[in-house]
Amino acid sequence: MSVNLTHEPIEGEHFHIASELTGDVWEIVVGLEVHCELATVTKLFCGCPNMFGDEPNTNVCPVCLGLPGSLPVLNHQVVELAMRLGRALHCSVEPSVFARKNYFYPDMPKDYQVSQFDRPINVDGWLDLPDGTRVGIERAHIEEDTGKNTHAGGSGRIHGADYSLVDYNRAGVPLVEIVGRPHIRHPEQAKTYIDELRAILLATGASDAKMEEGSLRVDANVSVRRVGDPELGRRCEIKNLNSLRSLGRAIEYEARRQVDLLESGEIIKQETRHWDEGAGRTRPGRSKEEAEDYRYFQEPDLVPLVPGAEWIAAIDAALPPMPAQRRTVLAEASGLAVTDTSVVITVQRDLDALALAAIAAGGDGRRVLTHVEHNLSGDGAADLDALLLAELVQLELAGKLTATQAKTVLADMVVSGRSPEVIAAELGFEAMDDSELEGIVDGIIAASPEEWEGYCSGDDKRRGKLQGFFVGAVMKATKGQADGKAVNAILDSRRNAAS
Amino acid sequence: MSNSEIPTTAIEISRAVRAGELSARTVIDAHLETIDSREGEINAFNIVLADEARAAADAVDRLVAEGGDPGVLAGVPLAVKDNLCTRGIPTTCSSRILEGWRPPYDATVVQRVAAAGAISVGKTNLDEFAMGSSTENSAFGPTRNPRDVSRVPGGSSGGSAAAVAAGFAPLSLGSDTGGSIRQPAALCGVVGVKPTYGLVSRFGLIAFASSLDQVGPFSTTVADSALLLEAIAGHDPLDSTSINDSETGAARSLLSVLDDGVAGLRVGLVTELMGEGIAGDVAARVRQAADALAAAGAEVGEVSIPALSYGLSAYYLIAPAEASSNLARYDGVRYGMRVDADTTAEMNTATRTAGFGAEVKRRIMLGTYALSAGYYDAYYGKALKVRTLICRDFDAAYQNFDVLLTPTSPTTAFRFGEKTADPLSMYLNDICTIPTNLAGHPAMSLPFGAGTDGMPVGVQLLAPALGEATMFRAAAVLEAAAPALTEALR
Repeated sequence: MSVNLTHEPIEGEHFHIASELTGDVWEIVVGLEVHCELATVTKLFCGCPNMFGDEPNTNVCPVCLGLPGSLPVLNHQVVELAMRLGRALHCSVEPSVFARKNYFYPDMPKDYQVSQFDRPINVDGWLDLPDGTRVGIERAHIEEDTGKNTHAGGSGRIHGADYSLVDYNRAGVPLVEIVGRPHIRHPEQAKTYIDELRAILLATGASDAKMEEGSLRVDANVSVRRVGDPELGRRCEIKNLNSLRSLGRAIEYEARRQVDLLESGEIIKQETRHWDEGAGRTRPGRSKEEAEDYRYFQEPDLVPLVPGAEWIAAIDAALPPMPAQRRTVLAEASGLAVTDTSVVITVQRDLDALALAAIAAGGDGRRVLTHVEHNLSGDGAADLDALLLAELVQLELAGKLTATQAKTVLADMVVSGRSPEVIAAELGFEAMDDSELEGIVDGIIAASPEEWEGYCSGDDKRRGKLQGFFVGAVMKATKGQADGKAVNAILDSRRNAAS
Repeated sequence: MSNSEIPTTAIEISRAVRAGELSARTVIDAHLETIDSREGEINAFNIVLADEARAAADAVDRLVAEGGDPGVLAGVPLAVKDNLCTRGIPTTCSSRILEGWRPPYDATVVQRVAAAGAISVGKTNLDEFAMGSSTENSAFGPTRNPRDVSRVPGGSSGGSAAAVAAGFAPLSLGSDTGGSIRQPAALCGVVGVKPTYGLVSRFGLIAFASSLDQVGPFSTTVADSALLLEAIAGHDPLDSTSINDSETGAARSLLSVLDDGVAGLRVGLVTELMGEGIAGDVAARVRQAADALAAAGAEVGEVSIPALSYGLSAYYLIAPAEASSNLARYDGVRYGMRVDADTTAEMNTATRTAGFGAEVKRRIMLGTYALSAGYYDAYYGKALKVRTLICRDFDAAYQNFDVLLTPTSPTTAFRFGEKTADPLSMYLNDICTIPTNLAGHPAMSLPFGAGTDGMPVGVQLLAPALGEATMFRAAAVLEAAAPALTEALR
């Protein structure tokens, strides 16, 4: 079945695909499953170091190699981090049990994976995206990671390799699988969800969440349906998404593939598909015929995990505020909307504490956040004295500094830590009173009669051009200290007087 | 010192060795000599560790000479079932699939007996992966019953039972998943104990069915089993299912209660295990045992535990289900046997086809089926419900009784080949022992005379979880009242 992908996406808040054939409009529905390695010192069931990048098969022991007679012992820190993440995602922490997921694979030492199946530790939470969308979290459960196969020689793929090597350093590394509900409607939203989740993982200390090192891995369940249809379409699970870029591209490709199929009267086969970044398409993975029956049953080597109410309360008490909460606080303090870009970016840059302090010290909220968004992306921003930032904004509001000057002063403040008044004075950013500026403007008008004539009598296009000429000339004369808005106001008033 | 002068019990040996009256080396040499003379016909061992045993005995003697105390098992020869990991020493589970594998660590129980001064004399034969009731399923040939070498020693810990019965060692370690200690103890005429699940560490015990497996002692006397159980019991941080010491104090104080008697103890004779399927001579011996307890002051009554009749069916779903998962790791990738093939999956299949025996394959298939989608609820799920039911019925029985009394095995030791053609008749051997594993309770078998064929009969005592002390009190009384092992029932 060829995929023609002629249906064009309609950009907007939702990602819609309009059909050429029928005129139907389709929406995509995405649910993400995220596997994330927990940042523990040791592995899930043994004392081996949980380390990335060491010599193969050096961080192993009888337990994580699944040697006969070995038994798992649950790592307390895993439970702590998993619960921290769960509570940050507004999940309820439930008594849970471990189960064995049985299947044969050489990277799995016991040929079963210890996971949580019907009774996961964290259930029923949510995650708020910066755009205001609330994405449900079905569960976030604990499981062990597998080792890693390398297929050498021949084709380098498992079929046709000369031999295969297995590194068990990763075997038994603790994972949390976070299963999101299908509440995502746009490829960009999927990327934002991962960004937001990553911020939460970092804030809770649960994981370093590095997609490129594989400590955060994303699978996307994608389906499509006609807008307004209450039923979910049949989904495909997309694997091998190694970057946010891949995630967005794969979702878009897959949605269009599915619309294409459905419009041609075909049905979607529920299957696992792999994203091929080079080819820019998804391909079918394991077929239904080979589908595994995992024969889950309760892991008899472990006892049920029942964290006490005190432990959960201690975790809640120690949780730092999560990004969504920080955005709400910042929005209230600044008077901006919680979805405002500068609010979102300020929290993303971890500069909300600075912004809040500057606002508390009397700095105008919008101006403070505008500086954070546009002028404070580099090093040292976090160490900036909030009182000085507030002073800067006050100088600006009082008309003593123009926006351009303020930006220059701020850059100096970040480096030197000096007060804005001192810097402004040193740079000669003197407050320029209106009469002084009027004098300069009048002088330039007098020196440029032809241009002034054009400015006063020309059409809008010509006036716009000449306005640039006059403002530029004033800036040159004042060494950039003039306020552009004030110059325009003077030009306007002189033109009105002349006509 | 001649062999006849060496004490026969572990308690006497360790007392004499610790007192410097007897050298551990003398004890070991004498036992190695006995092994030399009879091991050829018995085949109790997969490997005899003569050199290691002599060296360990010498170390014990040096310690005593220096004024040190080697521990409560000082110089006592001990045989270890070959499904318990021993560092650097082949551990085979009597299976070809583990060929060549030497564990890099000792099982916790192996560490504990060594720390108490015991001397390991060898690794004993078993039914492959502890699956069987006769040791006929061993890949290395069956063990023969020392009381009559034409008969089986029982299983799966047949080698450990035979080693004690043959005088190769006064103590041995076995494992019991559905009767694998108690049934061979009964058939060989020795004492065998399955402790409460979680009282003894399973770390280093190669799993058959994890929720049922438990390590326990064999000995010729009740007191020796108490001694060995005290030495191996106790919490192990490496086994998450092991019980905290704060809860097991009474169950670990056994030697001190052996003389307490049974006056006032309520003993229940389980009616479901006294009728159909139980040989007449075995049932008669159990009744005699009940009479002996009554004569010693116990209140003996009958008790019905209806759910017991489903025990065997539930067990043969739960145990194979867990086994199918536990034995998945023998795939040829990391250790043991490998039969090469073109793809990894084909190599897995070829290895497992060549490496596992028929009974192991049968149980892996049973268990895989019981857990499969579409069958789980009807088989494994239902078996779990029966397990809960059995626990409830036991709880009800223990409202009115302190210990229960039953046969250990429906018959005395049978002949080789008698039951191998019909797996179900072999499975029925475990009908009296399985329910306690499902409940996680302690139980023990001790000899009580012989049947009409002159072979030993074992009677079984059962107690609620952590009721070992009460169980041992009753066992001590029965031991004192027991007819001679060779005294056939007339």
